Amino acid sequence: MISLEGVSKKFGDFRVLNQCSTTVERGEVVVICGPSGSGKSTLIKCINGLEPVDQGTIIVSGSDVTDPVTNLTRLRSRIGMVFQHFELYPHMSVLDNICLAQEKVLKRNRRESVEKAEFLLTRVGLADQIRKYPRQLSGGQQQRVAIARALATDPVAMLFDEPTSALDPEMINEVLDVMIELANEGMTMIVVTHEMGFARRVANRVVFMDQGSILEDRPTEEFFNQPQTERAQDFLSRILPH
Amino acid sequence: MTEFDIGVIIDSLPFLWQGLMLSFSLTFLAIIGGIVFGTILALMRVSGLPLLSISAAAYTNLLRSVPLILVIFWFYFLVPLIIGEAIGSYYSALIAFIIFESAYYAEIIRAGIHSVDKEQTSAAKASGLNYWQIQRFVVLPQAFRNMIPILLTQAIILFQDTSLVFVVSLRDFMTTASIVAKTEGRLVEMYTFAALVYFIICFAGSLCVRRLQKRITV
Repeated sequence: MISLEGVSKKFGDFRVLNQCSTTVERGEVVVICGPSGSGKSTLIKCINGLEPVDQGTIIVSGSDVTDPVTNLTRLRSRIGMVFQHFELYPHMSVLDNICLAQEKVLKRNRRESVEKAEFLLTRVGLADQIRKYPRQLSGGQQQRVAIARALATDPVAMLFDEPTSALDPEMINEVLDVMIELANEGMTMIVVTHEMGFARRVANRVVFMDQGSILEDRPTEEFFNQPQTERAQDFLSRILPH
Repeated sequence: MTEFDIGVIIDSLPFLWQGLMLSFSLTFLAIIGGIVFGTILALMRVSGLPLLSISAAAYTNLLRSVPLILVIFWFYFLVPLIIGEAIGSYYSALIAFIIFESAYYAEIIRAGIHSVDKEQTSAAKASGLNYWQIQRFVVLPQAFRNMIPILLTQAIILFQDTSLVFVVSLRDFMTTASIVAKTEGRLVEMYTFAALVYFIICFAGSLCVRRLQKRITV
C-alpha cells in the first residue's frame, strides 16, 4: 500500500532523513515515535509529497510520489492528513471546511458534500456543531473536525502528524477514541505520536526513529517488551509512565 | 483681504461637487484596478517561478522608485503615441493611477499572503487542492482579512494623491477649488474650505481603519 525505499533528505548540511525504508500494508496501523527532532514529522510529510525528498522512492497505492510526472494533487486527495495544530480554515464554517476539497477536487455537488459532511460529523460526535466556526470550538473538537475533513475525500490511508500534541490533557482521549474507531474499521494509518497507550492498543507495528534514521521497525508487542537498540530502551524508559 | 466670505463657497458648491465626484471616481476605480493588478503581481511574486517573480519584483521596484506625478505625465503623453489617438486626460490619469497603485498594493498584498500561516497551505495541499485553488479559497481570503486596515490607509493616501491630476488639466476637487479661488480672488476661503473637506474625509477614513483594526485583532 505504502512503501518507502532509501528515503533521504537534507536541510542545508543537516541530514533530516537518512536512508529510511519501511512498508505499510492495507489496513495496517503504524505508529512512528522517537525523540523530538528525529525526523518523524518530516518523514510523514514526504509520504504525500508535502516535503520533497532528495533521494529514495515512495510508492503510494502504485504511484511514485517522487516521480515528477505523478499527479500529486490527485494522489493527495486519496491520502487524508491530520496536523498537530488542526489547520482548519478559520474563515470557513465547519461545514465548508469539510466540503471544500469534496467540491473543488472531487467535483461533488453541494448536496452530496453536505450529506457526506453531516455523516462524518455524526461519526466524530459533532453533528450539532456544523454551522460553527473553528474558533468557537475547543481544541479537541477542532481536531475531530479536522479528522472528518481528512476523511471527506474517501482516502485509502490516513496520516496523523502528532494529532494530540497541541491538546489539553483532558481533550486527548476524545481525539484518540475517534482514531481508535477508525483503526478498528480497518483504515490504513500512519501516526506520529507520543501516545504510547494508543500505540499499544491499536498499532500493528512501531517504527522508532532517532537522528533521521529508522532504528526499530517491529510488531508493537515486541517493540515494547524487547526493544533492540539502546536508544529505544532509553526513550521508552523516559516516556512510559512509572 | 477683507472678512471671511462664506458666500463664495456656497455659490461654487455645485462646481466643487463635480470636482469632488471626479476625485472619488478616480480613487474608487484606481483602488479596484490597483487591487486586481496588485493581487496578480503579488501572486507572481510568491509563485516561486523565477521568471514571474523577477518580472513582478522589477515592476514594483521600478514604479515605487518614481514620483507619481511623473507617471501621470508620462501616460498622458505616451498613450497617444502608442495607440495613435488621444484617450483624454481622465482615462490616461486613471491608467497611471492603476499602474502606480498596483505596485504599492502588490507589496501590501504580498505581506498579507505571508501573514497567513504556512501550515494552512500544507493542509490545503494535503487535501488535493491545486496551487490556484489554495490561493483562491484558503490563502487570499485570510490575507485580505488581515490587510483590510492597511488597504484602507492606502486608499486614503490615494484619495489625497488624486489632487495631482491638475498637471493634465483634470478638474478634481482641489483643482475646482483652486479655479474658484483665483477667478473670485478668494484664496483664503477656498483653500481653507478645501483643506477642511480633505481633512473630514480622510479623518473619517482613518477612524474607520482604527475601528476595523480593533475588531480584527480581537
